[in-house]
Amino acid sequence: MALSALEIEKNPKFQELVAKRRSLGWSLTFLTLVIYFGFILLVAFEPKLLGTPIGNGVTTLGMPVGLAVIVATFLIVGFYVMRANAIYDVLTRQIVEESK
Amino acid sequence: MSRKSFLPAALVGAGALALCNPAFAADAITGAVQKQEVNLSAIIMFVGFVLVTLGITYWAAKRTRSAAQFYSAGGGITGFQNGLAIAGDYMSAASFLGISGLVYKSGYDGLIYSVGFLVGWPIVMFLIAEPLRNLGKFTFADVASFRFQQTPIRVLAACGTLVVVAFYLIAQMVGAGKLIQILFGLDYWIAVVMVGGLMIVYVTFGGMIATTWVQIIKACLLLAGATFMAGMVLVHFGFSMENLFKAAVDAHPKHIKIMEPGQLVTNPVGAVSLGLALMFGTAGLPHILMRFFTVSDAKAARKSVFYATGFIGYFYILTFIIGFGAIALVSTNPEFLNGDLIAKGKNAIEAIRGGDNMAAIHLSSAVGGQAFLGFISAVAFATILAVVSGLTLSGASAVSHDLYATVFKNGQANEQSEIRVSKIATIVLGIVAVYLGIAFEKANVAFMVGLAFAIAASCNFPVLLMSLMWRGMTTRGAVYGGFLGLASAMVGVILSPAVWEAVMGHAKGSAPFPYSNPALFSMTLAFAGIWLFSKLDRSRRGVKDIEGFDPQFVRGQTGIGASGASAH
Repeated sequence: MALSALEIEKNPKFQELVAKRRSLGWSLTFLTLVIYFGFILLVAFEPKLLGTPIGNGVTTLGMPVGLAVIVATFLIVGFYVMRANAIYDVLTRQIVEESK
Repeated sequence: MSRKSFLPAALVGAGALALCNPAFAADAITGAVQKQEVNLSAIIMFVGFVLVTLGITYWAAKRTRSAAQFYSAGGGITGFQNGLAIAGDYMSAASFLGISGLVYKSGYDGLIYSVGFLVGWPIVMFLIAEPLRNLGKFTFADVASFRFQQTPIRVLAACGTLVVVAFYLIAQMVGAGKLIQILFGLDYWIAVVMVGGLMIVYVTFGGMIATTWVQIIKACLLLAGATFMAGMVLVHFGFSMENLFKAAVDAHPKHIKIMEPGQLVTNPVGAVSLGLALMFGTAGLPHILMRFFTVSDAKAARKSVFYATGFIGYFYILTFIIGFGAIALVSTNPEFLNGDLIAKGKNAIEAIRGGDNMAAIHLSSAVGGQAFLGFISAVAFATILAVVSGLTLSGASAVSHDLYATVFKNGQANEQSEIRVSKIATIVLGIVAVYLGIAFEKANVAFMVGLAFAIAASCNFPVLLMSLMWRGMTTRGAVYGGFLGLASAMVGVILSPAVWEAVMGHAKGSAPFPYSNPALFSMTLAFAGIWLFSKLDRSRRGVKDIEGFDPQFVRGQTGIGASGASAH
């Protein structure tokens, strides 16, 4: 007979899955918020800093910084997928098996 | 004072970021526009797109028999395909024309908005996507109402969905009419009727399968077109960004100022509020959330977000290059400028023919000639069509699945009658959208996309997130908190400068709510309301709601019992 939800919750693997998902999800959410609002507040308070030219040309510091925020967003998402594929799916499969 | 200049611009940004938004088109899309000559190559390419998509709709119609196929393409879309389709939903004509236009006008500031639009995706991924897929079937209300009393939560979610969809659709329709008037030389009403008619055909006959493929084709066309355009710009400047920036700085009347943040974001409270709306609004848009039910499981949902984020991020980098390319190549070419405006003393940036939003369109002509101009114009039209189809499908699903099947029929509706209601709702929504599109032709609709994002962030998102995360939420808490968020977001927008001053015509600076977006306050109210009214809830229903958390939590985490992919 299939296990009830309360019984599945007692499975240490389920607890491990929840704990890992929670810590990874929230810490990456926090990181995203820090990066984004860091950027926005930099724009609001220190626009001149972003307007500092790099070297002798017209390209300013803001260009690589803006680009970096976009790339970082993608990398964070990619990192999450990598971790999730490696950890969640294995645990989930085991929990599903053990709950049958 | 700096705040004043921030407000309208930020609002424009909010909208711009959003999908097809007429906001930034301050000149091009809002207000009267000048009809262009009929562009034959654009029309031929657009007709080609319509024929292909109608063919797909015919094919999809034969596969759309069950409710699961109609609402969610039977869960048979792959993560990669769904990622493209989500990107298609997000890369609207406004993202494309609007953000490149914003870069054309203000330079660096355009990038700030691109970033704001993108960062919502990690949030969707980390907090929502997987449990959403595991718990839901057709609409996000399936998830939000999972352990609660069905009727009140479904009504709340349907209100949240329909209000968001309505404001979005109006903005899209008005934008579409004006854009097509400029691009194709068609009359405004013909353009609006065409968009409404085609959208009704796609959705009623082809359901989610056709909508998804229209979205995918359009995303590929748009990515290809933008890649080619940005590539040609880079070729022109010998693949040196420095050379491109140099040419743009020389050409733009603001010169070196376009290389740094300007006046768009100077008020921290306003900036944070806008940022919250952009970030969390994405996680509450019903047509985006609905896309997660088209894939087979949580893993594919994860993959969808990954690909979508990649495509969208890449696309925003392209629009940035396109915007700077337009400064360097369009504003320096008299062919693209309005001689009358130049004669009146406007500078080259202000005098662009058709307004800022036309920057990317003119650039396509500058780098690729008439044929490429036709291609890009057709892609812009296709983009609008795809976005309104997705919106209409999610609105129709709220009516048929949430209101008709669950509320009126107590979950006992027969599948075929549910699909029939959905199709009728699509037709009604389509007709209403056309009617409103025509009615609002002359109105200032710039605030509507910002409002849609604010409501999504303040009603749909808090209810969905708290239902997933917080054991203690009860039906009463969700309903009170959700409606509090919905109402406060609407009131906040009405009292904001964009409506109070720009639409109602009160004096500048008189708006009772000084920020461009209410999200900071309305989201706080929604979360606080959910918490408070859940805590105060001593009803028997409330106990049941809390007890329901464990089964929901286990299914959300593991997918045990989730509705899987059906035959397709």
